[in-house]
Amino acid sequence: MKNTMNLEFSSVSSNESFARVTVAAFVSQLDPTMDELTEIKTVVSEAVTNSIIHGYNNRKDEKIYISCTLDDDVVEMEIRDYGIGIENIDEAIQPLYTSKPELERSGMGFTIMENFMDKVEIKSHPDEGTTVRLIKHFKKSKTLCN
Amino acid sequence: MSLSVKLTTKENVLLVRLTGELDHHAAENLKKEWQLSMRENNVQHVILNLENLSFMDSSGLGVILGRYKEVKQAGGEMVVCSISPAVKRLFDMSGLFKIIRLEESEEFALLSLGVAS
Repeated sequence: MKNTMNLEFSSVSSNESFARVTVAAFVSQLDPTMDELTEIKTVVSEAVTNSIIHGYNNRKDEKIYISCTLDDDVVEMEIRDYGIGIENIDEAIQPLYTSKPELERSGMGFTIMENFMDKVEIKSHPDEGTTVRLIKHFKKSKTLCN
Repeated sequence: MSLSVKLTTKENVLLVRLTGELDHHAAENLKKEWQLSMRENNVQHVILNLENLSFMDSSGLGVILGRYKEVKQAGGEMVVCSISPAVKRLFDMSGLFKIIRLEESEEFALLSLGVAS
């Protein structure tokens, strides 16, 4: 059975921790390892931070949407904003690339998402917004290993 | 959980001890405090103790890289110590260990900079 959860919250930076902790709490139902939970928290933090800084240019009165689905041992997350969008996705996902070097961005956000997840899909249109879809298969045989 | 920042000096070394979670929200305040402390105390090197840092994302990498550049510019060195496996993974991924030295503990980090602990 698919188990779903939807979140909508303001584009303020204090909600970065709210978002990652909330998604982690929902995902905990699948009994993930600590490493898997850290990976989920980190990628949610990356995607939400991107929406705040880049999508909405730090405007605080916008909304960010997360939907999360658990299906067997698979987690699927969509983080969506209706901000400025990404003009060149291939450039944006390059390690160390940042469109805002003056803000001390490391340019590692998408690289971390790709490293921690099994699948990363970015849909974006200029002036319409960005949706990042993240899929992760949790390891099944935890109890057998113990 | 938010970030708590403890800044102390030992000879010409600034000790930065972080507790909690370092994300974009916490990074801005950390940058201000860290820069202020470096200016006021006229230190040369920095030791970053991450023993109690429970979470970090790429915003943390950004603020650390930013301070590294300032320390290097002033002819100093940055050493990171007591790092958790999760945070170490991010350092590895971004290549930060090519420029920032890793030591096991604060004691070793101080010794490596010629300061007796």
